[in-house]
Amino acid sequence: MSYHTTINGTRWSFPDLRTLLAKASPARSGDALAGVAAQSAIERVAAQMALADLPLKTFLNVDLVPYEDDEVTRLIVDGHDLAAFEPVSHLTVGGFREWLLDTGTTTGQLTALAPGLTPEMTAAVSKIMRAQDLIAVAAKCSVVTAFHNTIGLPGRLSTRLQPNHPTDDSRGIAASLLDGLLFGAGDAVIGVNPATDTLQDYMRIVSLLDEVRQRLDVPTQTCCLGHVTTAIQAINLGAPVDLVFQSIAGSEKANRGFGISLSTLAEAHDAALSLNRGKVGRNVMYFETGQGSALSADAHFGLDQQTMEARAYAIARHFKPLLVNTVVGFIGPEYLYNGKEITRAGLEDHFCGKLLGVPMGCDVCYTNHAEADQDDMDALLTLLSAAGVSFVIAVPGADDVMLNYQSLAFHDILYVRQALGRRCAPEFENWLQRTGLADLDGRPLEQVTSGTIGPALALIEAMKA
Amino acid sequence: MRDDGPGKSDQLATTDQLARLRQFTPARIALGRAGSGQPTGTSLRFMLDHARARDAVHAALDFEAIGQSLRERGWSAVTVRSAAADRTEYLRRPDLGRRLSPEGRLAIEGLRRGDNIAIVAADGLSASAIEINLQPLLDHLRRLLLARGLTIGPLVLVEQGRVAIGDEIGEMLGAGLVVVLIGERPGLSAADSLGAYMTWRPRIGTMDSNRNCISNIRPAGLPPEEAATQIIGIIELAFKHAVTGVQLNDLRGGEAIPVVGPQE
Repeated sequence: MSYHTTINGTRWSFPDLRTLLAKASPARSGDALAGVAAQSAIERVAAQMALADLPLKTFLNVDLVPYEDDEVTRLIVDGHDLAAFEPVSHLTVGGFREWLLDTGTTTGQLTALAPGLTPEMTAAVSKIMRAQDLIAVAAKCSVVTAFHNTIGLPGRLSTRLQPNHPTDDSRGIAASLLDGLLFGAGDAVIGVNPATDTLQDYMRIVSLLDEVRQRLDVPTQTCCLGHVTTAIQAINLGAPVDLVFQSIAGSEKANRGFGISLSTLAEAHDAALSLNRGKVGRNVMYFETGQGSALSADAHFGLDQQTMEARAYAIARHFKPLLVNTVVGFIGPEYLYNGKEITRAGLEDHFCGKLLGVPMGCDVCYTNHAEADQDDMDALLTLLSAAGVSFVIAVPGADDVMLNYQSLAFHDILYVRQALGRRCAPEFENWLQRTGLADLDGRPLEQVTSGTIGPALALIEAMKA
Repeated sequence: MRDDGPGKSDQLATTDQLARLRQFTPARIALGRAGSGQPTGTSLRFMLDHARARDAVHAALDFEAIGQSLRERGWSAVTVRSAAADRTEYLRRPDLGRRLSPEGRLAIEGLRRGDNIAIVAADGLSASAIEINLQPLLDHLRRLLLARGLTIGPLVLVEQGRVAIGDEIGEMLGAGLVVVLIGERPGLSAADSLGAYMTWRPRIGTMDSNRNCISNIRPAGLPPEEAATQIIGIIELAFKHAVTGVQLNDLRGGEAIPVVGPQE
């Protein structure tokens, strides 16, 4: 079936839904690299117009990646809740946009709708929404999750403290960790990307993070972002694993490139739940995603990268994660070329995730070969905070010395708390105040006493490298 | 973290106490604050480091000068271009950086074929990586290769090249193994890192999982002489087992040699 629209007597045709979605996508380098992008600005708007007229329920009848060949499609189709979809089943994509923006559409209605939406529906509507639309609707969504604390409550913004070290040195990790705690960072998770993926290092890193967390009595969760199979082995050996991490993408083939399948994830989910560690809740998974990861594995099936990205959120929501984030500017300029493309993608990913009921965060970041700088990150952080992002990632001085890219600095979190009044998770805020790290409003103090940080310093200096 | 005792613990923690932790990590810790922001000095220092990395990505390598100086040291070096027309296209279209331009193919067709080792040096994402590290690394590499009786083909320098362009060049030269030396993506702390990728029986379309890689080659990282020794170690294993990549790791056991570098 083909799709078309007429502009000033010129008829624009799109042979299939895949092409229509790709050509309707706001411009980005990855879609041009894949050869699926619109050839002109007018063709893009023509596709957006045709897409706006498309009945939303079309997505229930067309599989963009074949059902027989792809377990992600099967998860999406088999898991669809037709009753939940009912309130919007009569709408076009354009009508759905207006329904979302309608001030009468409540948070409760959006929450109830989530199981009735497919990733492709959210991707489609995002393509005809401006930045402010993506922000306004996402800000109405509520996704609350919990483990040792509670993430996603109204008015809150949590942070992942990412204390990476080039060689996974224990004291080096702990030093960055303490630096972050002094800025009130780390309520979403204290999560280390290991430089190696050995079981031994995984065990050492989770043990060291757990020791610091327990000794300082911090109400947060820890994670080593090794491969999911390493996490399963570590759990079987009795390692103190709070959250199990994995990178995921929107097709079975792309996930095979990551060395995982839905059954591997299910096994990991069960293993983490079996430890029964969460004091407040039982959301035990942490996923990362990013536009372009499917294309880089040649597993995009001719789809645009943003639609592929949204499909990954269907996997995420199936496993009821505590945290999910897009690593938006990390994958490189061949997918998102500059600050403008990174900003747009960050807002789209957050919007689609939240609409699907996923606790969506963002690694606000860029690499040195992208046309972007810290000003672009300030802008994206501000926009995402306005959109109610669940959490962002922060590293010392915005410089990740292991992965060699720039994320947010701990200082940037202070900025957004001050400028937009976002507070950290309540349990964590209470701890900051109790220990003398924050004032009565939960704002981290510029100066703390020697007695406050003394025990932490002693703990680090006593550690083995 | 609280210690309720009186006296010293009530004093404000000094920057020095935190700064002591810097001995454990190169991360930008203990920066201090100016309100919610960073102090002016650290803020500008960051901008300088980023500027350095940006300039390294966009600086053009002087291929004429490099070729000249290598020829003076006895290398027969030829310079070719990838199919990427300029830096912007190179950044947007990695596929073009992996293939030779038509003129480049013509130039390679005229070269001697059938040596054991083909060596390709590409600017990649850092011109300074090549400027600083290529010549010392090549000198050590040549000595070690010749000592093992391995023959080396003509050195091919590539403008706007990516790792996989070595597959096309190595295949055309009929080499048993290709070594691609390439400027790595600059980080804030180092903008001059060179990467080395070894691929057995290179062919267009070779998967990245069939290569082995050594990265962070630079005076303050893995020095060129030590890097050459590690590269030779991989080459010897590759010739022994007739394979590179994950399969080579499986065969030799022990700690894996990475198959893909941290950054291309």
